[in-house]
Amino acid sequence: MTIQFLGKKLKSPIVLASGVLGNSKDILERVHLNGCGLVTMKSIGPEPRDGHKNPTVIDLGHGMINAVGLPSPGHLNMDDEWDALKKRDFPIVASVYGGSVQEYQTVAQYVSSQNPDFIEINISCPNSEKHGMIFGVNPTSTHDVVSAVKKVIQVPLIAKLTPQAPDIGQIAKACEDAGADAICAINTVGPGMVIDIESQQPVLAFKKGGLSGPMIKPIAVRCVFDIFNAVNLPIIGLGGISTGKDAIEIIMAGADLVGIGSAVRYRGLNVFQKVADEIQVWLSEHNLSLEEIKGAAHRSIK
Amino acid sequence: MKTATDQQHIMLKVVEKTMESPEFATLFFDYPLLFKPGQFIMVWIPGIDEKPYTISYHSQNRFAITIEAKGIFSQKAVTLDKGSLVGIRGPFGNGFDIHPDKSVAVVAGGCGMAPLATLVEKLGKNTTFIHGARSKDYILYPERFAPDLFNTQRQFCTDDGSFGHKGFVTDLLEKQIESGKQFDLVYTCGPEIMMAAVFNICEKHYIPCQVSLERYMRCGFGVCGACVCGKQVVCKDGPVFNSLALRDMKDFNKKALLKSGKEVDLSLYFSWRCQ
Repeated sequence: MTIQFLGKKLKSPIVLASGVLGNSKDILERVHLNGCGLVTMKSIGPEPRDGHKNPTVIDLGHGMINAVGLPSPGHLNMDDEWDALKKRDFPIVASVYGGSVQEYQTVAQYVSSQNPDFIEINISCPNSEKHGMIFGVNPTSTHDVVSAVKKVIQVPLIAKLTPQAPDIGQIAKACEDAGADAICAINTVGPGMVIDIESQQPVLAFKKGGLSGPMIKPIAVRCVFDIFNAVNLPIIGLGGISTGKDAIEIIMAGADLVGIGSAVRYRGLNVFQKVADEIQVWLSEHNLSLEEIKGAAHRSIK
Repeated sequence: MKTATDQQHIMLKVVEKTMESPEFATLFFDYPLLFKPGQFIMVWIPGIDEKPYTISYHSQNRFAITIEAKGIFSQKAVTLDKGSLVGIRGPFGNGFDIHPDKSVAVVAGGCGMAPLATLVEKLGKNTTFIHGARSKDYILYPERFAPDLFNTQRQFCTDDGSFGHKGFVTDLLEKQIESGKQFDLVYTCGPEIMMAAVFNICEKHYIPCQVSLERYMRCGFGVCGACVCGKQVVCKDGPVFNSLALRDMKDFNKKALLKSGKEVDLSLYFSWRCQ
Protein backbone atom coordinates (compact mmCIF):
# COMPACT_ATOMS: atom_id res chain seq x y z
CA MET A 1 0.00 0.00 0.00
CA THR A 2 2.69 2.51 -1.00
CA ILE A 3 1.67 6.13 -1.04
CA GLN A 4 3.20 9.42 -2.22
CA PHE A 5 3.48 12.19 0.36
CA LEU A 6 5.08 15.54 -0.48
CA GLY A 7 7.28 13.89 -3.08
CA LYS A 8 8.40 10.96 -0.93
CA LYS A 9 7.32 7.38 -1.42
CA LEU A 10 6.05 5.81 1.82
CA LYS A 11 5.49 2.09 2.24
CA SER A 12 2.21 2.62 4.08
CA PRO A 13 -0.05 5.53 5.06
CA ILE A 14 0.75 4.94 8.74
CA VAL A 15 2.80 7.50 10.70
CA LEU A 16 4.43 7.17 14.13
CA ALA A 17 3.21 10.12 16.21
CA SER A 18 5.78 12.39 17.81
CA GLY A 19 6.55 11.72 21.46
CA VAL A 20 6.03 7.98 21.14
CA LEU A 21 9.12 5.74 21.18
CA GLY A 22 11.10 8.05 18.84
CA ASN A 23 14.16 8.36 21.05
CA SER A 24 16.78 6.73 18.83
CA LYS A 25 17.50 5.59 15.31
CA ASP A 26 17.34 1.93 16.34
CA ILE A 27 13.83 2.14 17.73
CA LEU A 28 12.61 4.33 14.84
CA GLU A 29 13.94 1.70 12.45
CA ARG A 30 12.14 -1.06 14.35
CA VAL A 31 8.87 0.89 14.09
CA HIS A 32 9.51 1.35 10.35
CA LEU A 33 10.10 -2.39 9.97
CA ASN A 34 6.79 -2.98 11.75
CA GLY A 35 4.74 -1.47 8.95
CA CYS A 36 5.08 2.24 9.64
CA GLY A 37 5.45 4.39 6.50
CA LEU A 38 6.79 7.48 8.24
CA VAL A 39 8.33 7.77 11.71
CA THR A 40 8.53 10.95 13.80
CA MET A 41 11.34 11.71 16.22
CA LYS A 42 10.60 13.02 19.68
CA SER A 43 10.29 16.80 19.69
CA ILE A 44 13.67 18.53 19.71
CA GLY A 45 14.12 21.76 21.65
CA PRO A 46 16.75 24.50 21.88
CA GLU A 47 18.21 23.46 25.27
CA PRO A 48 18.80 20.23 27.19
CA ARG A 49 15.56 19.58 29.07
CA ASP A 50 14.68 16.75 31.44
CA GLY A 51 10.91 17.00 31.24
CA HIS A 52 8.74 16.58 34.31
CA LYS A 53 9.10 14.28 37.28
CA ASN A 54 6.99 11.12 37.34
CA PRO A 55 4.14 10.28 37.24
CA THR A 56 4.20 11.51 33.65
CA VAL A 57 2.09 8.96 31.76
CA ILE A 58 -0.97 7.15 33.13
CA ASP A 59 -3.27 4.77 31.30
CA LEU A 60 -6.90 5.52 32.16
CA GLY A 61 -8.28 2.50 30.31
CA HIS A 62 -10.18 4.48 27.66
CA GLY A 63 -7.03 6.43 26.81
CA MET A 64 -4.10 8.08 28.55
CA ILE A 65 -3.15 11.30 30.20
CA ASN A 66 0.44 12.50 29.97
CA ALA A 67 2.66 15.40 30.88
CA VAL A 68 6.11 14.17 29.93
CA GLY A 69 7.17 17.78 29.50
CA LEU A 70 9.16 17.90 26.26
CA PRO A 71 12.41 16.20 27.34
CA SER A 72 15.15 16.80 24.79
CA PRO A 73 18.94 16.58 24.70
CA GLY A 74 18.78 19.94 22.85
CA HIS A 75 19.39 20.24 19.11
CA LEU A 76 23.14 20.81 19.48
CA ASN A 77 23.69 17.76 21.72
CA MET A 78 22.57 15.02 19.38
CA ASP A 79 25.60 14.50 17.14
CA ASP A 80 25.70 10.71 17.58
CA GLU A 81 21.99 10.50 16.85
CA TRP A 82 22.24 12.67 13.74
CA ASP A 83 25.22 10.60 12.52
CA ALA A 84 23.27 7.38 13.03
CA LEU A 85 20.24 8.83 11.25
CA LYS A 86 22.32 9.84 8.22
CA LYS A 87 22.76 6.13 7.48
CA ARG A 88 19.03 5.40 7.60
CA ASP A 89 17.06 3.86 4.75
CA PHE A 90 13.63 5.01 5.86
CA PRO A 91 11.92 8.42 5.90
CA ILE A 92 11.74 10.47 9.11
CA VAL A 93 10.03 13.53 10.42
CA ALA A 94 12.02 15.65 12.88
CA SER A 95 9.70 17.40 15.31
CA VAL A 96 10.89 20.71 16.78
CA TYR A 97 9.69 23.05 19.50
CA GLY A 98 10.73 26.36 21.00
CA GLY A 99 9.69 29.03 23.46
CA SER A 100 9.76 31.88 20.94
CA VAL A 101 9.67 32.39 17.18
CA GLN A 102 13.44 32.87 17.31
CA GLU A 103 13.96 29.56 19.13
CA TYR A 104 11.76 27.66 16.67
CA GLN A 105 13.78 29.19 13.85
CA THR A 106 17.16 28.38 15.39
CA VAL A 107 16.28 24.76 16.12
CA ALA A 108 14.53 24.17 12.80
CA GLN A 109 17.39 25.66 10.79
CA TYR A 110 19.92 23.42 12.49
CA VAL A 111 17.70 20.35 12.24
CA SER A 112 17.14 21.04 8.54
CA SER A 113 20.92 20.87 8.01
CA GLN A 114 20.81 17.28 9.33
CA ASN A 115 18.58 16.29 6.41
CA PRO A 116 15.42 14.82 7.87
CA ASP A 117 12.80 14.12 5.19
CA PHE A 118 10.34 16.51 6.85
CA ILE A 119 10.27 18.97 9.74
CA GLU A 120 7.22 19.11 11.96
CA ILE A 121 6.79 22.15 14.16
CA ASN A 122 5.11 21.30 17.41
CA ILE A 123 2.93 24.33 18.09
CA SER A 124 0.53 22.32 20.17
CA CYS A 125 2.08 20.74 23.26
CA PRO A 126 -0.02 21.42 26.37
CA ASN A 127 2.62 20.14 28.80
CA SER A 128 4.97 23.05 29.26
CA GLU A 129 4.40 26.52 30.68
CA LYS A 130 6.17 28.37 27.94
CA HIS A 131 6.56 26.09 24.94
CA GLY A 132 4.35 25.18 22.11
CA MET A 133 0.63 25.56 22.41
CA ILE A 134 0.49 29.34 22.51
CA PHE A 135 1.56 29.33 18.84
CA GLY A 136 -1.28 27.01 17.91
CA VAL A 137 -4.32 28.87 19.20
CA ASN A 138 -3.92 32.34 17.71
CA PRO A 139 -3.75 32.63 13.88
CA THR A 140 -1.38 35.61 13.96
CA SER A 141 1.14 33.82 16.20
CA THR A 142 0.76 30.70 14.08
CA HIS A 143 1.49 32.65 10.91
CA ASP A 144 4.54 34.27 12.51
CA VAL A 145 6.16 31.04 13.60
CA VAL A 146 5.36 29.05 10.44
CA SER A 147 6.63 31.74 8.08
CA ALA A 148 9.76 32.29 10.17
CA VAL A 149 10.60 28.57 10.15
CA LYS A 150 9.68 28.10 6.48
CA LYS A 151 12.28 30.72 5.52
CA VAL A 152 15.18 28.83 7.08
CA ILE A 153 14.55 25.17 6.24
CA GLN A 154 15.19 23.15 3.10
CA VAL A 155 12.70 20.33 3.67
CA PRO A 156 8.87 20.34 3.67
CA LEU A 157 7.24 21.81 6.78
CA ILE A 158 4.43 20.09 8.65
CA ALA A 159 2.52 22.05 11.31
CA LYS A 160 1.24 19.99 14.24
CA LEU A 161 -1.96 21.54 15.58
CA THR A 162 -3.84 21.49 18.85
CA PRO A 163 -7.57 20.80 19.17
CA GLN A 164 -7.66 23.61 21.75
CA ALA A 165 -7.78 26.24 19.01
CA PRO A 166 -11.20 27.90 19.00
CA ASP A 167 -11.29 27.45 15.20
CA ILE A 168 -8.76 24.88 14.02
CA GLY A 169 -9.67 25.51 10.38
CA GLN A 170 -8.56 29.12 10.79
CA ILE A 171 -5.25 28.00 12.32
CA ALA A 172 -4.70 25.56 9.46
CA LYS A 173 -5.41 28.39 6.99
CA ALA A 174 -2.82 30.56 8.76
CA CYS A 175 -0.31 27.73 8.33
CA GLU A 176 -1.15 27.38 4.64
CA ASP A 177 -0.83 31.13 4.06
CA ALA A 178 2.52 31.13 5.87
CA GLY A 179 3.90 28.41 3.60
CA ALA A 180 3.33 25.16 5.50
CA ASP A 181 3.41 22.07 3.28
CA ALA A 182 1.16 19.85 5.38
CA ILE A 183 -0.93 19.79 8.54
CA CYS A 184 -0.70 17.19 11.29
CA ALA A 185 -3.67 17.07 13.67
CA ILE A 186 -4.28 16.56 16.48
CA ASN A 187 -1.90 16.79 19.40
CA THR A 188 -3.24 15.65 22.78
CA VAL A 189 -6.50 17.13 24.06
CA GLY A 190 -6.64 19.31 27.12
CA PRO A 191 -4.90 19.74 29.36
CA GLY A 192 -7.01 17.62 31.64
CA MET A 193 -6.48 16.52 35.21
CA VAL A 194 -6.85 13.35 37.24
CA ILE A 195 -6.97 13.57 41.04
CA ASP A 196 -6.27 10.62 43.28
CA ILE A 197 -8.98 10.87 45.93
CA GLU A 198 -7.11 8.84 48.57
CA SER A 199 -4.05 11.11 48.65
CA GLN A 200 -6.18 14.09 47.53
CA GLN A 201 -3.48 14.99 45.00
CA PRO A 202 -3.34 15.37 41.21
CA VAL A 203 -1.77 12.18 39.87
CA LEU A 204 0.58 13.78 37.35
CA ALA A 205 3.60 15.54 38.81
CA PHE A 206 2.86 18.45 36.44
CA LYS A 207 -0.76 18.24 37.69
CA LYS A 208 -2.25 18.73 34.20
CA GLY A 209 -1.71 16.64 31.09
CA GLY A 210 -2.84 15.96 27.54
CA LEU A 211 -5.38 13.26 26.77
CA SER A 212 -4.80 10.68 24.05
CA GLY A 213 -6.13 7.32 22.97
CA PRO A 214 -9.61 6.09 22.03
CA MET A 215 -11.43 8.70 24.13
CA ILE A 216 -10.25 11.58 21.91
CA LYS A 217 -10.95 10.06 18.49
CA PRO A 218 -14.22 11.95 17.84
CA ILE A 219 -12.41 15.25 18.48
CA ALA A 220 -9.60 14.24 16.10
CA VAL A 221 -12.09 13.28 13.39
CA ARG A 222 -13.92 16.61 13.76
CA CYS A 223 -10.67 18.60 13.62
CA VAL A 224 -9.47 16.84 10.46
CA PHE A 225 -12.91 17.41 8.93
CA ASP A 226 -12.65 21.16 9.67
CA ILE A 227 -9.06 21.38 8.40
CA PHE A 228 -9.99 19.60 5.17
CA ASN A 229 -12.66 22.24 4.61
CA ALA A 230 -10.28 25.09 5.31
CA VAL A 231 -7.10 24.25 3.34
CA ASN A 232 -5.72 22.48 0.30
CA LEU A 233 -2.80 20.86 2.12
CA PRO A 234 -2.20 17.18 2.78
CA ILE A 235 -3.25 16.15 6.28
CA ILE A 236 -1.78 13.64 8.72
CA GLY A 237 -4.77 12.70 10.85
CA LEU A 238 -4.25 11.28 14.31
CA GLY A 239 -5.76 11.11 17.76
CA GLY A 240 -7.06 7.85 19.18
CA ILE A 241 -6.55 5.77 16.04
CA SER A 242 -6.19 2.12 17.05
CA THR A 243 -7.71 0.03 14.25
CA GLY A 244 -8.06 -0.03 10.49
CA LYS A 245 -11.66 1.14 10.83
CA ASP A 246 -10.54 4.12 12.95
CA ALA A 247 -8.02 4.94 10.22
CA ILE A 248 -10.66 4.69 7.48
CA GLU A 249 -12.87 7.03 9.50
CA ILE A 250 -10.25 9.78 9.79
CA ILE A 251 -9.31 9.36 6.10
CA MET A 252 -12.99 9.92 5.27
CA ALA A 253 -12.77 13.12 7.32
CA GLY A 254 -9.94 14.22 5.01
CA ALA A 255 -6.64 12.69 6.15
CA ASP A 256 -3.99 11.55 3.65
CA LEU A 257 -1.90 9.72 6.25
CA VAL A 258 -2.86 8.34 9.63
CA GLY A 259 -0.81 8.72 12.80
CA ILE A 260 -0.62 6.22 15.65
CA GLY A 261 0.68 6.78 19.16
CA SER A 262 -1.14 5.53 22.24
CA ALA A 263 -2.35 2.43 20.41
CA VAL A 264 1.17 1.01 20.82
CA ARG A 265 0.06 0.44 24.41
CA TYR A 266 -3.16 -1.31 23.47
CA ARG A 267 -2.04 -3.39 20.47
CA GLY A 268 1.74 -3.70 20.70
CA LEU A 269 4.63 -2.40 18.63
CA ASN A 270 3.33 -4.10 15.46
CA VAL A 271 0.11 -2.05 15.63
CA PHE A 272 1.38 -0.17 12.55
CA GLN A 273 1.35 -3.29 10.38
CA LYS A 274 -1.95 -4.44 11.89
CA VAL A 275 -3.68 -1.15 11.07
CA ALA A 276 -2.15 -1.02 7.57
CA ASP A 277 -3.39 -4.57 6.93
CA GLU A 278 -6.85 -3.81 8.32
CA ILE A 279 -7.16 -0.76 6.04
CA GLN A 280 -6.25 -2.93 3.08
CA VAL A 281 -8.77 -5.62 4.00
CA TRP A 282 -11.57 -3.09 4.46
CA LEU A 283 -10.77 -1.43 1.14
CA SER A 284 -10.78 -4.70 -0.78
CA GLU A 285 -13.98 -5.87 0.92
CA HIS A 286 -15.62 -2.66 -0.24
CA ASN A 287 -13.83 -2.58 -3.57
CA LEU A 288 -12.54 0.92 -2.84
CA SER A 289 -9.18 2.69 -2.90
CA LEU A 290 -7.61 5.18 -0.49
CA GLU A 291 -8.11 7.98 -3.06
CA GLU A 292 -11.80 7.18 -3.32
CA ILE A 293 -12.48 7.36 0.41
CA LYS A 294 -10.35 10.39 1.20
CA GLY A 295 -12.65 13.15 2.41
CA ALA A 296 -15.69 11.00 1.51
CA ALA A 297 -17.64 12.27 4.52
CA HIS A 298 -17.71 15.73 2.92
CA ARG A 299 -19.76 14.50 -0.02
CA SER A 300 -23.52 14.56 0.44
CA ILE A 301 -25.47 11.46 -0.51
CA LYS A 302 -27.48 12.01 -3.67
CA MET B 1 -15.39 -1.87 40.50
CA LYS B 2 -11.80 -1.39 39.49
CA THR B 3 -10.02 -4.54 38.39
CA ALA B 4 -7.07 -3.52 36.18
CA THR B 5 -4.01 -2.75 38.29
CA ASP B 6 -1.90 -1.44 35.40
CA GLN B 7 -3.89 1.76 34.89
CA GLN B 8 -4.42 4.60 37.36
CA HIS B 9 -2.68 3.85 40.67
CA ILE B 10 -4.15 1.55 43.27
CA MET B 11 -3.54 3.31 46.58
CA LEU B 12 -2.27 1.02 49.32
CA LYS B 13 -1.15 1.49 52.89
CA VAL B 14 2.12 0.07 54.15
CA VAL B 15 1.11 -2.73 56.55
CA GLU B 16 4.57 -3.72 57.70
CA LYS B 17 8.12 -2.48 57.34
CA THR B 18 11.36 -4.40 57.81
CA MET B 19 14.78 -2.76 57.84
CA GLU B 20 16.97 -5.31 56.08
CA SER B 21 20.06 -3.25 56.92
CA PRO B 22 20.61 0.45 57.62
CA GLU B 23 20.12 1.22 53.93
CA PHE B 24 17.53 -1.35 52.80
CA ALA B 25 13.88 -1.23 53.80
CA THR B 26 11.18 -3.69 52.79
CA LEU B 27 7.61 -2.35 52.67
CA PHE B 28 4.72 -4.84 52.77
CA PHE B 29 1.24 -4.30 51.32
CA ASP B 30 -1.90 -6.43 51.60
CA TYR B 31 -3.22 -6.80 48.07
CA PRO B 32 -3.79 -9.83 45.81
CA LEU B 33 -1.46 -8.70 43.02
CA LEU B 34 -1.04 -10.99 40.02
CA PHE B 35 2.68 -11.08 39.41
CA LYS B 36 5.40 -13.10 37.71
CA PRO B 37 9.02 -12.95 39.00
CA GLY B 38 11.05 -10.46 36.95
CA GLN B 39 8.14 -8.08 36.38
CA PHE B 40 8.02 -4.67 38.09
CA ILE B 41 5.53 -2.12 39.38
CA MET B 42 5.60 1.67 39.30
CA VAL B 43 5.58 3.00 42.86
CA TRP B 44 4.23 6.51 43.46
CA ILE B 45 4.81 8.51 46.63
CA PRO B 46 2.40 11.45 46.25
CA GLY B 47 4.27 14.73 46.14
CA ILE B 48 7.65 13.05 45.58
CA ASP B 49 8.03 10.96 42.43
CA GLU B 50 7.23 7.58 40.87
CA LYS B 51 9.83 4.86 40.24
CA PRO B 52 9.95 1.25 39.05
CA TYR B 53 10.51 -1.48 41.66
CA THR B 54 10.41 -5.21 41.50
CA ILE B 55 8.34 -7.28 43.92
CA SER B 56 10.64 -8.85 46.51
CA TYR B 57 8.07 -10.91 48.44
CA HIS B 58 4.90 -12.28 46.92
CA SER B 59 2.07 -14.40 48.23
CA GLN B 60 -1.61 -14.61 47.39
CA ASN B 61 -2.69 -11.62 49.46
CA ARG B 62 0.53 -9.84 50.26
CA PHE B 63 3.52 -8.42 48.44
CA ALA B 64 6.54 -6.28 49.26
CA ILE B 65 9.11 -4.04 47.65
CA THR B 66 12.67 -3.62 48.89
CA ILE B 67 14.25 -0.20 48.56
CA GLU B 68 17.88 0.86 48.83
CA ALA B 69 18.23 4.45 50.06
CA LYS B 70 20.15 6.15 47.25
CA GLY B 71 18.38 9.09 45.64
CA ILE B 72 15.67 11.58 46.60
CA PHE B 73 12.84 9.12 46.04
CA SER B 74 14.39 6.10 47.72
CA GLN B 75 15.63 8.09 50.72
CA LYS B 76 12.04 9.22 51.23
CA ALA B 77 10.70 5.70 50.60
CA VAL B 78 12.79 4.08 53.35
CA THR B 79 11.32 6.55 55.86
CA LEU B 80 7.74 5.48 55.08
CA ASP B 81 6.12 3.43 57.79
CA LYS B 82 3.01 1.50 58.70
CA GLY B 83 -0.01 3.42 57.43
CA SER B 84 1.87 5.47 54.78
CA LEU B 85 -0.07 5.76 51.53
CA VAL B 86 1.64 4.63 48.33
CA GLY B 87 0.27 4.32 44.79
CA ILE B 88 1.14 1.35 42.63
CA ARG B 89 0.45 0.44 39.03
CA GLY B 90 1.53 -2.67 37.19
CA PRO B 91 2.92 -5.25 37.09
CA PHE B 92 4.66 -4.40 33.83
CA GLY B 93 7.26 -6.20 31.72
CA ASN B 94 7.81 -9.78 30.72
CA GLY B 95 9.37 -11.58 33.71
CA PHE B 96 11.74 -14.55 33.79
CA ASP B 97 11.06 -17.87 32.06
CA ILE B 98 10.61 -20.25 34.96
CA HIS B 99 11.94 -23.82 34.65
CA PRO B 100 11.62 -25.67 37.97
CA ASP B 101 12.68 -28.93 36.27
CA LYS B 102 16.04 -27.69 34.98
CA SER B 103 19.51 -27.34 36.41
CA VAL B 104 19.88 -23.59 36.82
CA ALA B 105 22.14 -21.01 38.44
CA VAL B 106 20.83 -17.81 39.98
CA VAL B 107 23.48 -15.10 40.24
CA ALA B 108 22.56 -12.06 42.34
CA GLY B 109 24.59 -8.90 42.92
CA GLY B 110 23.67 -6.31 45.56
CA CYS B 111 20.05 -5.16 45.33
CA GLY B 112 19.76 -7.36 42.22
CA MET B 113 18.81 -9.96 44.81
CA ALA B 114 15.33 -8.40 45.11
CA PRO B 115 13.87 -9.54 41.75
CA LEU B 116 15.61 -12.91 42.00
CA ALA B 117 14.19 -13.74 45.45
CA THR B 118 10.67 -14.50 44.20
CA LEU B 119 12.18 -16.39 41.26
CA VAL B 120 14.25 -18.66 43.53
CA GLU B 121 11.07 -19.50 45.42
CA LYS B 122 9.55 -20.84 42.20
CA LEU B 123 12.57 -22.84 41.03
CA GLY B 124 13.30 -26.48 41.87
CA LYS B 125 15.82 -28.17 44.09
CA ASN B 126 18.40 -28.29 41.31
CA THR B 127 19.25 -24.61 41.72
CA THR B 128 22.71 -23.18 42.35
CA PHE B 129 22.36 -19.89 44.14
CA ILE B 130 25.23 -17.38 44.12
CA HIS B 131 24.87 -14.08 45.91
CA GLY B 132 27.41 -11.28 46.12
CA ALA B 133 27.53 -7.76 47.51
CA ARG B 134 29.98 -5.01 48.45
CA SER B 135 30.08 -6.12 52.08
CA LYS B 136 28.13 -8.03 54.72
CA ASP B 137 25.69 -5.14 55.29
CA TYR B 138 24.60 -5.26 51.66
CA ILE B 139 23.68 -8.96 51.61
CA LEU B 140 19.89 -8.91 51.30
CA TYR B 141 17.75 -11.48 53.13
CA PRO B 142 20.69 -13.51 54.58
CA GLU B 143 18.28 -15.71 56.56
CA ARG B 144 15.51 -16.01 53.98
CA PHE B 145 16.05 -19.20 52.04
CA ALA B 146 15.95 -22.41 54.07
CA PRO B 147 18.94 -24.60 53.13
CA ASP B 148 16.74 -27.72 52.83
CA LEU B 149 15.05 -26.17 49.79
CA PHE B 150 18.20 -26.43 47.72
CA ASN B 151 20.64 -29.15 46.94
CA THR B 152 23.39 -26.56 47.16
CA GLN B 153 23.39 -23.87 49.80
CA ARG B 154 23.42 -20.23 48.84
CA GLN B 155 27.04 -19.29 48.19
CA PHE B 156 27.98 -15.84 49.36
CA CYS B 157 30.76 -13.51 48.33
CA THR B 158 31.65 -9.92 49.16
CA ASP B 159 34.08 -7.49 47.60
CA ASP B 160 35.77 -6.96 50.97
CA GLY B 161 35.54 -10.52 52.26
CA SER B 162 33.35 -9.52 55.23
CA PHE B 163 30.91 -12.33 54.39
CA GLY B 164 31.58 -15.52 52.41
CA HIS B 165 34.19 -15.73 49.65
CA LYS B 166 36.27 -12.60 49.07
CA GLY B 167 35.76 -11.76 45.43
CA PHE B 168 33.10 -11.72 42.75
CA VAL B 169 30.05 -13.81 41.86
CA THR B 170 31.72 -14.61 38.55
CA ASP B 171 34.56 -16.40 40.45
CA LEU B 172 31.99 -18.66 42.08
CA LEU B 173 30.05 -19.27 38.87
CA GLU B 174 33.19 -20.19 36.90
CA LYS B 175 34.34 -22.47 39.69
CA GLN B 176 31.04 -24.36 39.52
CA ILE B 177 31.25 -24.73 35.75
CA GLU B 178 34.90 -25.77 35.83
CA SER B 179 34.16 -28.39 38.48
CA GLY B 180 31.83 -30.04 35.97
CA LYS B 181 28.46 -28.67 37.04
CA GLN B 182 26.10 -28.58 34.05
CA PHE B 183 23.66 -25.66 33.82
CA ASP B 184 20.68 -25.48 31.48
CA LEU B 185 20.11 -21.80 32.26
CA VAL B 186 21.65 -18.94 34.27
CA TYR B 187 19.53 -16.08 35.67
CA THR B 188 21.22 -12.89 36.79
CA CYS B 189 20.42 -9.46 38.19
CA GLY B 190 22.81 -6.90 39.62
CA PRO B 191 25.10 -4.12 38.39
CA GLU B 192 25.13 -4.17 34.58
CA ILE B 193 28.89 -4.70 34.45
CA MET B 194 28.44 -7.83 36.60
CA MET B 195 25.59 -9.10 34.43
CA ALA B 196 27.71 -8.56 31.33
CA ALA B 197 30.50 -10.63 32.93
CA VAL B 198 28.03 -13.40 33.82
CA PHE B 199 26.63 -13.30 30.27
CA ASN B 200 30.14 -13.60 28.81
CA ILE B 201 30.85 -16.67 30.94
CA CYS B 202 27.56 -18.18 29.76
CA GLU B 203 28.41 -17.45 26.12
CA LYS B 204 31.82 -19.08 26.54
CA HIS B 205 30.18 -22.24 27.87
CA TYR B 206 27.10 -22.20 25.59
CA ILE B 207 24.69 -21.72 28.50
CA PRO B 208 21.49 -19.73 27.90
CA CYS B 209 21.27 -16.68 30.13
CA GLN B 210 18.51 -14.31 31.27
CA VAL B 211 19.39 -10.87 32.63
CA SER B 212 17.17 -8.19 34.13
CA LEU B 213 18.00 -4.65 32.95
CA GLU B 214 17.40 -1.27 34.51
CA ARG B 215 16.81 2.00 32.64
CA TYR B 216 15.11 5.31 33.49
CA MET B 217 11.37 4.76 32.93
CA ARG B 218 8.26 6.86 32.60
CA CYS B 219 5.14 5.07 31.32
CA GLY B 220 6.10 1.45 32.13
CA PHE B 221 4.14 0.10 29.17
CA GLY B 222 6.23 0.67 26.08
CA VAL B 223 4.92 3.96 24.72
CA CYS B 224 7.05 6.89 25.88
CA GLY B 225 10.42 5.50 24.79
CA ALA B 226 12.39 6.78 27.80
CA CYS B 227 13.92 3.35 28.49
CA VAL B 228 14.90 2.22 25.00
CA CYS B 229 18.17 0.27 24.83
CA GLY B 230 19.11 -0.08 21.18
CA LYS B 231 15.95 -1.29 19.49
CA GLN B 232 14.57 -2.87 22.67
CA VAL B 233 12.02 -1.20 24.89
CA VAL B 234 13.20 -2.24 28.36
CA CYS B 235 9.87 -1.77 30.21
CA LYS B 236 7.86 -3.73 27.63
CA ASP B 237 10.17 -6.14 25.76
CA GLY B 238 12.07 -6.67 29.03
CA PRO B 239 13.17 -5.97 31.65
CA VAL B 240 14.33 -9.60 31.29
CA PHE B 241 16.33 -10.33 28.14
CA ASN B 242 17.67 -13.68 26.97
CA SER B 243 20.96 -14.47 25.25
CA LEU B 244 19.51 -14.07 21.78
CA ALA B 245 18.33 -10.51 22.53
CA LEU B 246 21.55 -9.64 24.38
CA ARG B 247 23.81 -10.65 21.49
CA ASP B 248 21.90 -8.17 19.34
CA MET B 249 21.78 -5.39 21.95
CA LYS B 250 24.72 -3.14 21.17
CA ASP B 251 23.97 -0.78 24.08
CA PHE B 252 24.04 -3.54 26.73
CA ASN B 253 26.70 -2.63 29.31
CA LYS B 254 27.63 0.41 27.21
CA LYS B 255 24.97 3.12 26.83
CA ALA B 256 21.79 4.41 28.40
CA LEU B 257 19.50 7.40 27.99
CA LEU B 258 19.37 10.20 30.53
CA LYS B 259 16.03 11.76 31.45
CA SER B 260 16.44 14.25 28.59
CA GLY B 261 16.79 11.40 26.11
CA LYS B 262 20.52 12.05 25.69
CA GLU B 263 22.46 8.83 25.16
CA VAL B 264 25.53 8.55 27.39
CA ASP B 265 28.07 5.99 28.59
CA LEU B 266 26.68 3.70 31.25
CA SER B 267 29.05 4.98 33.96
CA LEU B 268 27.70 8.51 33.50
CA TYR B 269 24.14 7.19 33.53
CA PHE B 270 24.62 5.33 36.80
CA SER B 271 26.32 8.25 38.52
CA TRP B 272 23.27 10.35 37.57
CA ARG B 273 20.79 7.65 38.70
CA CYS B 274 22.41 7.42 42.12
CA GLN B 275 22.16 11.15 42.84
